[in-house]
Amino acid sequence: MPADTANAYTDTDAGGRAQGRATVGTGTTADELIRFDRVTKRFGSNTVLDSLDFRVFPKKHVTLIGPSGSGKTTILRLLMTLLKPDEGTITVDGTPLSHEERNGKLVPAGEKHVREVRKNMGMVFQQFNLFPHMSVLRNITEAPVQVLGMSRDEAAERALELLDMVGLKDRSDTYPGRLSGGQQQRVAIARALAMRPKVLLLDEVTSALDPELVAGVLDLLRDIARTTDITMLCVTHEMSFARDISDCVMMFDEGKVIEFGHPEKMFGDPEQERTREFLSAVL
Amino acid sequence: MNWDWSAVDAFLPRLADGLLVTAQALALSALLAFGLGLVWAVAQRSGPALVRGPVAVFTEFIRNTPLLVQLFFLYYVLPEWGLTLSAMVTGVVGLGLHYSTYTAEVYRAGIEGVPRGQWEAATALSLSRGRTWGVVILPQAIRRVAPALGNYVIAMLKDTPMLFVVGVMEMLGEARQFSSETFLTVEAVTVVGIAFILLSCPASFLMRTLERRLAR
Ligand SMILES: Nc1ncnc2c1ncn2[C@@H]1O[C@H](COP(=O)(O)OP(=O)(O)OP(=O)(O)O)[C@@H](O)[C@H]1O
Ligand SMILES: [Mg+2]
Repeated sequence: MPADTANAYTDTDAGGRAQGRATVGTGTTADELIRFDRVTKRFGSNTVLDSLDFRVFPKKHVTLIGPSGSGKTTILRLLMTLLKPDEGTITVDGTPLSHEERNGKLVPAGEKHVREVRKNMGMVFQQFNLFPHMSVLRNITEAPVQVLGMSRDEAAERALELLDMVGLKDRSDTYPGRLSGGQQQRVAIARALAMRPKVLLLDEVTSALDPELVAGVLDLLRDIARTTDITMLCVTHEMSFARDISDCVMMFDEGKVIEFGHPEKMFGDPEQERTREFLSAVL
Repeated sequence: MNWDWSAVDAFLPRLADGLLVTAQALALSALLAFGLGLVWAVAQRSGPALVRGPVAVFTEFIRNTPLLVQLFFLYYVLPEWGLTLSAMVTGVVGLGLHYSTYTAEVYRAGIEGVPRGQWEAATALSLSRGRTWGVVILPQAIRRVAPALGNYVIAMLKDTPMLFVVGVMEMLGEARQFSSETFLTVEAVTVVGIAFILLSCPASFLMRTLERRLAR
């Protein structure tokens, strides 16, 4: 990609739209943590993402907003390789998800390569998706032991620290079915963090919770945003939360980023009529 | 009709021998059915296309031909091909293979019952395929279908007399031999029937209890 010189973007920050590519943070191409290049995703005749371009630099917190069906979940699922794009390239920390170099040739990515790239990312789901047959502790330790090769003891020690952080240290031997939704979601967050991901993908993580449990989970995420270096991509309808944690809010509609920028600007004085309409409907 | 209690007495030790063989045959073929069934189910769900097709055809074929025919096939045809198996091995392979095609369906249902979110969570944690199957999917799938698998063990128990045709001296085989020696057929066969009732009734009860337990 010769036209894609590194400094073509270096002057952009949240809100800098000069290149037409939504960009969060500053740096050279080599610093980019997440990059979508002309990514198109269709389900049958339904084009959900239409030649989407955006990039995110490390440590930034991005909130994706947009009407239902605008493809926010699809973006996170593409990143997590739960879906494959029809066209375009997704790059995570400099490594493309769809292909790898083998003997100097570009070949479609193998299972091992994909798993390697995935290690950069953690995901928290709307429906928690904890493993119901494992204790809370085992839910958190399983992947560090199996994937990162941590010893059981070390993984357990780390898991207990994380459980302490999410306020559930005394529930490590419990099974997920015996926890409230809010507690389950906090375990799911701990489970994702146990893999020490560079990027945390959060898909409407409080939508399935009873209203009184939402605040606890959001507070936890605010803490994580404030105290860690983790990059966040977050889909949420909690606009005050988005305003608190985000460096950038991206508004999606009809498969594209139609507007993006600092939350003050996006929530205070959006440029696009569609954004205005959407925000007045959800705020 | 004369009922001769002394015949029952005389037959009981033979029945005990037969019971031991029945138990052995059942245990081994159940293990085979559980293991192979799992292989069929996993292969059909996530094997390469080159494997999925043949497995589907093979299991469909086995499921739709009678066990008795399969046993005769193993007994008469395999030696023609230079493969001579003992009576027990022939019986175990026949019964286990036959029922593996049923347990495969049971596993398949169990696997499909595991919510998609479990696969996705495993993927998001970068677990390998093997680990995803081994520690996430199968433990949940098998737990769901344990009672159904148990019911097939009972069905297999009731099919063990068929192994007599390939020369396995299980309970019915003992009874046939006993009656050919003593002409006391009614007693021997009745005792075998009762033995089966005594075995399968408690087993069925156990399965129903297990089912209720797991349903909670
Ligand atoms: N597996 C799938 N098969 C077919 N269509 C799909 C699939 N997944 C998503 N879609 C469609 O893609 C579009 C975008 O879905 P997506 O879930 O990404 O939207 P979203 O922005 O997350 O919406 P919401 O706010 O409702 O969660 C929708 O029209 C949806 O129906
Ligand atoms: Mg969604």
